[in-house]
Amino acid sequence: MSAAPQKAKPGAEKIAVNVTAVVPLNDLVTRFEFQRSDGDLFPPFSGGAHTVVTMDDNGRHRLNPYSLMSDPADLTTYAISVRRDDEGRGGSLFMHRNVSVGDRMTITYPVNLFSLDLRARKHVFLAGGIGITPFMAMIAQLEHSNGNWELHYACRTPALGTYVDELRYKYPNKVHIYYDDQNQAIRLEDLLDGQPLGTNIYVCGPKGMIDWVHATASAAGWPDANVHSEEFLAPQPGEPFEVRLCKSDKTITVGEHESLLEAIERAGVEAPFLCRGGSCGQCETNVVSHDGTFVHRDHWLTEDQHASGEKIMPCVSRFAGKSLELDR
Amino acid sequence: MSKFEFPPSIKSRPVYGTLEARPGKGHLMIADADGAEAIMDIATPDLMAQTHIIYIPRGTDFADKLRSLNPAQFYEGPTYAASVSRIRRVLQDAHMGLQVYLAGTEGLMGQAQNEAMMAGIPHTAIQTEHRGSTARRMQCVHCKGITEDVETDPFVCSHCGLNLFVRDHYSRRLAAYQGVCIDAEDPGNVPAPKGIYE
Amino acid sequence: MTIQFNDETFRDDYSFHNSDWAIKRFPFPFHEDSYMYAVNMEQHRGGPEGSVYEKRFDVDEHYISEMRDRAMVLADDPLRCQSLPHMTLAGWDLLELIMVSKSEDYPDLFELHRDGDTWRWINKPLGIDDTFTFLDETTLPYGPMEYITRQTQGDFCVLDQRDGNLWMDAGTVTTQADWSLDFDIGMNFFEWHAPVPLAHEKGIFERALKFLLNIQQGAPARRLNWTMTVNPLLDTSPENYHKWGVQKTTLTPENIGAKQHLRVELQTFFRLPRSNGLVFPIRCYLCSFQDLMTMPKWGRRLHRVVRDLPVELATYKGFIDNRPMMLDYLSQFDDGLPTSPGIFPDFDTEPALQK
Repeated sequence: MSAAPQKAKPGAEKIAVNVTAVVPLNDLVTRFEFQRSDGDLFPPFSGGAHTVVTMDDNGRHRLNPYSLMSDPADLTTYAISVRRDDEGRGGSLFMHRNVSVGDRMTITYPVNLFSLDLRARKHVFLAGGIGITPFMAMIAQLEHSNGNWELHYACRTPALGTYVDELRYKYPNKVHIYYDDQNQAIRLEDLLDGQPLGTNIYVCGPKGMIDWVHATASAAGWPDANVHSEEFLAPQPGEPFEVRLCKSDKTITVGEHESLLEAIERAGVEAPFLCRGGSCGQCETNVVSHDGTFVHRDHWLTEDQHASGEKIMPCVSRFAGKSLELDR
Repeated sequence: MSKFEFPPSIKSRPVYGTLEARPGKGHLMIADADGAEAIMDIATPDLMAQTHIIYIPRGTDFADKLRSLNPAQFYEGPTYAASVSRIRRVLQDAHMGLQVYLAGTEGLMGQAQNEAMMAGIPHTAIQTEHRGSTARRMQCVHCKGITEDVETDPFVCSHCGLNLFVRDHYSRRLAAYQGVCIDAEDPGNVPAPKGIYE
Repeated sequence: MTIQFNDETFRDDYSFHNSDWAIKRFPFPFHEDSYMYAVNMEQHRGGPEGSVYEKRFDVDEHYISEMRDRAMVLADDPLRCQSLPHMTLAGWDLLELIMVSKSEDYPDLFELHRDGDTWRWINKPLGIDDTFTFLDETTLPYGPMEYITRQTQGDFCVLDQRDGNLWMDAGTVTTQADWSLDFDIGMNFFEWHAPVPLAHEKGIFERALKFLLNIQQGAPARRLNWTMTVNPLLDTSPENYHKWGVQKTTLTPENIGAKQHLRVELQTFFRLPRSNGLVFPIRCYLCSFQDLMTMPKWGRRLHRVVRDLPVELATYKGFIDNRPMMLDYLSQFDDGLPTSPGIFPDFDTEPALQK
């Protein structure tokens, strides 16, 4: 046995799957269901876990993380729900346009960066839009153990209320829906008031919603440890820029529609990752030198680290300027 | 009185801070002996209007001063053991947003913190300020008995009688430091006790 | 292969012994002639055939006797096995992991038959044949963690993951290197390692925690740790230290080869899928100095490691008083020749003792 520290591997272990169902849910959201190509059962997972789906887009590999939203007790099928993003870099469009029943794909083992606190006396879920997906699995998990939960779910319109009918039908007393177009809003201060000690809140949705929940709970005296959030950032397009990879002795150009991490991978350089959304910290990379400005977008590095110019999270962050050298 | 500066120690040893008023839906302050002064340091009429004070004087005369702060509720208990059922009752009814403030001896803070944790408040959200005696609450790792207010190292377990040395290893769940037999490898060879911080 | 199980004791008359097979596969923990803390993690995906790394949960000739010793410890002190209320799901995760692994890795010894939630578990060495309902605690004689760890060698720490830390919230600990589960339960990673000297200052625990938090399903990891024990005593607990501590003073130049044991922990780490917890099995292997000395490479190396170990570590590992006597004994097996890299004995290629 060696004493050398183990190198972080790129991504979690992979599973070959077949697409077994493609179910359009509304104008924007489609559910994709998978079964293992080898016919085995999937590994169990915990509510809040995600998988990274590899898409083979004409030879270009896209890797996007999606929350597993099927019942964790069902090991025959994994399901994800994908919201089409017409402005994005094309991963969700590829899923919507190119993936059909019978296709073979590769996904990763589940990774959970947003798990339930199993000590909680009560779980309060706050979902915005497609942020409903991790809660679908969490709710199923808690239902199997008679967990104490309630859901507050804000959607733009009834037509875009993904899974609203199913949730209302199954859990009429626990599910509360708010439609933006009817000027309904979650009355968060009232909601926080009077919750029993040991209540945990989980929020998944747009950044503004997450910040609002953290700030409101904090002002009401809630401990930070009782407020959990997950925001997967999709990498944003931007001006192309050049990067020198010192260890591998390569110079690469990051294209307008690709992330720095994707460009590193495209150059054949191994880089660790798990979430590809700025949360898990795996792809943290040291900056050797730079002359320009970082566009930091991750949730991992501290503000001081962002300001230091010494680290970058290549999955979501970019750079603009004359030169950038990375320790990769 | 000046506060005792605990020497730097290992990572399981609790570190105490200085109480500060924090936003919350209610305030529970539990203190013993000189811990009363930490409460008086942060008391304002607005804060006291939402505060329940549970205080164990242990021979001091701060109770009247605390009462004169006009807290929403005030209880003076003769011992921690006598007060604990009231503490549990208060926590049972409490809601998220309750702020818990503990002040005084390590034994009092540790035990009250444990009650608040069991009620669902993470220990990182519970404020503590050490005042007064530096005596420790010790668990004998051998017989599991707790000896209160230990001031010397080594000391004799008040339950099984073994000679124990005082470790800095601390269990929040037991609200106690660990005491381990000092003469296991050389029975009878017990050094003379001295003060823990001497 | 079929394992010949020993009938032996780890207390009183200490009839524990290693066969030649067990000595050869002993996980000697030093890959070079010196030792310092390191985050020495590697993947736990098999290893050389017959080695202790080959299977996910190694079963060896001591299995039945170790389980008998565990039952005695738990009968004397039930606090050695505890699970905080939120850890039951993680206990089921552990039961599933061990039953699936053992039935796949040792089909001649263990069988698992699953029909939905109705599971039948057959443990031939221990004569167990139980049918129960998965995730229903009322159908097992103990909680799921206790049930399965009464049938699996090694200690088990079951850790909850939250707030960017790992919390020791459940475990079965009867073969420990002098730490108390009852005292440490509920602590986070830094707190339960607090008494370890030097390693905090070196940043070892920050790096180790970062590594462990990122262990994912399907990708377990492992490392070795070690200490010293006089007599093959599995239960070196702080609880009973006032009873066994005095045994450390019974070493003599005549009996040290037989009485002094190198105690090695094979620590493995698995993500638990349903609870998102982590299990940290700590498997203890004991080998007497005289058995270790049958491998010339290990004789040379153990002398050098013990001789050069910093005082803080020799103190923490509890053998500072006995070190001079150990060195007198071990120096007889060190002829100054170089040693091959790596932990394996290389018996066929390393030179015999030249003195």
